[in-house]
Amino acid sequence: MKRRHVSAIVNGDPVEFLTWPGSTLLDALRDELLLTGSKEGCSSGDCGACSVIVDGRLVCSCLMLAAEAEGRRIETIEGMAEDGALHPLQRKFLEHAALQCGFCTPGLLVAAKALLEANPEPTESEARYWLAGNLCRCTGYDKVIRAVMDAAAEMRQARRL
Amino acid sequence: MPRVVAVGSAARAFTLGAAEIDVEASTVGAMIKTLDTLFPGFGEHIERRMAIAIDGEIHQDASGAPLRPDTEVYLFPRIGGG
Amino acid sequence: MSEVLDRGVTEVELKVVGTRPIRPDGTEKVTGAAMFGADFSMPGMLVGKIKRSPHAHARIVSIDTRRARAVPGVKAVVTAADFPDLASEEYEGGESASNLRDLSLNCMARAKALYDGHAVAAVAAVSAAAAAEAIDLIEIEYEVLPHVIDVEEAMAHDAPVLHAHLFTEGLETRPLSPSNIAQKNELARGDLPAGFAAADVVMEHRYTTAAVHQGYIEPHACVASFAPDGQCQVWSSSQGQFMVRTYCAKVLDLEASNIRVTPAEIGGGFGGKTTVYLEPVALALSRQAGAPVKMVMSREDVFRATGPTSGAVIEIKLGATREGEITAADVVLKYQAGAFPGSPVGAGSMTALACYDIANFRITGYDVVTNSPKVAAYRAPGAPIAAFAVESAVDEMALELGMDPIVLRERNAVKDGVKAAYGPTYRNIGYLETLEAIRDHPHYAAPLGPNQGRGVAVGFWFNVGGESTAAVHINEDGTAVVVTGNPDIGGSRASMAMMAAEVLGLPIEKVRPIVADTASIGFSMLTGGSRTTFATGMAVTQAAQKIVAELRRRAAQIWNVDPEKAEWRNGAAVCLDPAKPEIEPLSLAALAGRSARTGGPITAEVSLTAQGAGPGFGAHICDVEVDPETGHVTILRYTAAQDVGRAIHPAYVEGQIQGGVAQGIGWALNEEYVFDRLGRMENAGFLDYRVPVASDLPMIEPIIVEVANPRHPFGAKGVGEVPIVPPLAAVANAVRRAIGVRMTDLPLSPPKIRAVIDAR
Repeated sequence: MKRRHVSAIVNGDPVEFLTWPGSTLLDALRDELLLTGSKEGCSSGDCGACSVIVDGRLVCSCLMLAAEAEGRRIETIEGMAEDGALHPLQRKFLEHAALQCGFCTPGLLVAAKALLEANPEPTESEARYWLAGNLCRCTGYDKVIRAVMDAAAEMRQARRL
Repeated sequence: MPRVVAVGSAARAFTLGAAEIDVEASTVGAMIKTLDTLFPGFGEHIERRMAIAIDGEIHQDASGAPLRPDTEVYLFPRIGGG
Repeated sequence: MSEVLDRGVTEVELKVVGTRPIRPDGTEKVTGAAMFGADFSMPGMLVGKIKRSPHAHARIVSIDTRRARAVPGVKAVVTAADFPDLASEEYEGGESASNLRDLSLNCMARAKALYDGHAVAAVAAVSAAAAAEAIDLIEIEYEVLPHVIDVEEAMAHDAPVLHAHLFTEGLETRPLSPSNIAQKNELARGDLPAGFAAADVVMEHRYTTAAVHQGYIEPHACVASFAPDGQCQVWSSSQGQFMVRTYCAKVLDLEASNIRVTPAEIGGGFGGKTTVYLEPVALALSRQAGAPVKMVMSREDVFRATGPTSGAVIEIKLGATREGEITAADVVLKYQAGAFPGSPVGAGSMTALACYDIANFRITGYDVVTNSPKVAAYRAPGAPIAAFAVESAVDEMALELGMDPIVLRERNAVKDGVKAAYGPTYRNIGYLETLEAIRDHPHYAAPLGPNQGRGVAVGFWFNVGGESTAAVHINEDGTAVVVTGNPDIGGSRASMAMMAAEVLGLPIEKVRPIVADTASIGFSMLTGGSRTTFATGMAVTQAAQKIVAELRRRAAQIWNVDPEKAEWRNGAAVCLDPAKPEIEPLSLAALAGRSARTGGPITAEVSLTAQGAGPGFGAHICDVEVDPETGHVTILRYTAAQDVGRAIHPAYVEGQIQGGVAQGIGWALNEEYVFDRLGRMENAGFLDYRVPVASDLPMIEPIIVEVANPRHPFGAKGVGEVPIVPPLAAVANAVRRAIGVRMTDLPLSPPKIRAVIDAR
């Protein structure tokens, strides 16, 4: 069996890689593109540690075939900071101590980014339900939600200025 | 004389049921040696499976700790955390 | 932000300890740059995979690996034949004695498969596809045996026996036939019959809990390299790189100096990564293949083959007077150990009554092997299970006596000077303070609506000390590096830097902490047992203090004054000699710049066995609402008070409390191992093994109580484990009050609650 050639845009840059037909986008990101920020927690789309954004849509990269990435625009955790400046969500996670082991953090940040792009003013409940697909075993989610709400407020404020 | 209290049935199996034993010793290390002489095999059991509390404070490495005449030493099963 | 209730007296004003700096490893964690177990690669690396038993209990009749070895790209195939056949030997590798033979057999089965998922062979190949193909081609002939998983069924005299050489320890007479009961232990005090005779109310309950998994999001992962000259390197996601080294050395009969273990960042452990599963196998494969081997568990493997904690049965008889004095308690704990002996029933026994000053009690514990994965430590191992039963029974007693549940506990509370149920006398404990904290909190007085209930529960954990090494190096520009050997699972490296910064008088940004490999720092006991801030913090503080002493000496030498005349203040040496008033302070940077001419590099390393760890107590309040139609329980509000001695970094202390509470809630409401009739786990994935998600929980309010531990330089006590002890009963007690019926079987999943409501 031969591997397939895929061209895509990852974090704004054109990339090319080879993949087996059965490999997932997560496999390709980690093993071919060496972007190990997206994590494998379950391989069944239940934990969200592999969360990425594909053509503007939040996706579990373990549930998407690498071959399906052909021609698509993919955003991972590695693209969240811009020109060395952390995204407000990343900064707020640090300020609020919203991470302990940090393994679920990339997935949570990507999912939270997608949330705030879809809904810049979520209620606590809306944030919790949106992030219900991202498991965290360390924090109990309290500081995560606080960080997300705080980042949302800062981003709304920045937009007004 | 320092008093040793052995907590738990595993330890009492060595001490033939005795829960409290007065041991003439000036350090914990000497105490353990004496206990092992009195109850063969108990010394190794203490070293491997038990923790020591001296006057209420748990010690991991107590062999050099001095014993006063009124010191109370508790031997109880060692535990691990998670 | 939580309330911090300071019940101690602070003499010195602290500048760094107690603040909330950004953690030093934070940026790499939020940008995806941090390297966890599976993120590491070595050139020429192979993929390792494990073949696992599909049977819960079976004799391994034969293994034929010829077809597997013939698959193109396969470089190594190992079975138990490639591991030394160890004699049974107790060894201190983790935190408590492990039986090395059992550990080795758990990593690779020999002669018998003891649970569905038990490793029976392994391969290393150039690709995952080749490895998978080879796994399928390993031919194993099994003789399937009857299996047993339920703890009481395993204790029955006619149960299938797992180990022919296992005879129950702790009985008056040694039994004649083997059994699944590895050990019986008893703790007793006073006169039990007299205690019950003195009681006005006596109640007897039976409680049951299911096996639950630590549920860390990161599966076990390692990369291992066994070079032809026998030098090994291991990169591993683990709670203890020295533990990994010790176990690999023992299981493979290697010398410790030939194994260098580097700790990866670890994606959660909670005790589940205080042992090894993959590392010895990866090394054995690497040795055979002549190349590094990477092994990463799937989520399914994690559930099927790594230790959950015990499922258990607890029987409790409790007696109290009408005035609320608990006069007697008789507790029987039956804990599953999984395939090999070693459940945490001992700790369960010792902690069960640790919050209560009861004159007459007996606690009996049974460690029982079962055809399920070997149990591993899970956050305060053994304690939550026992506390579930005791706290539920005490709550029922409060209802029976018509007494407030906090008042009942206060009336029987342990305090300084009281002998703990497990023996030693308590000193400097903050238990009453935690009860006071929740009693006075607005949560306790908040009104409740229909189908809502409020539960209170308390909990205890010893917290351990143990061996730690830390080094502090002063760089030539006056900045500092702190080196320890403890993997950071909850933010501890930040606290290490903070303690060093405090002593050195440096701002936190100038002190960088690193977690070193086994060759680069002296021995440290693993991260667990709530020991790191206490024990490693003590080593860090002492190393920093040695540096300060050295800096004072050098300053005095430079100034030509007596050493006592050089004092260290705010990061600089200050001259106190009245005869030399013109001398300006010398900063750390100034002294560091002159190190070569004043005695050489400024560095200190301290190795110690930390004594005097202070036990922790917690008191929790939980409000629930039960939906009578669906049986679903919603956690409305949760408040958790805990005595932490001193919160070095309050945000991470809060985080530990919140995280432990969340795990306890999952344990109470949804989590359980479900086995089919063939003994295979049916819910080996996060869809059906239901851990709490963000929408399941409210904000969790921590109340930090500080009753200082005088044995720690900053008064710290361990924090991480106490929080998971009260929630099982806090939730169950809340449900009791919401629906009017005592639920005794965890988890309190919707079908069970519906059944009870229907029967009401």
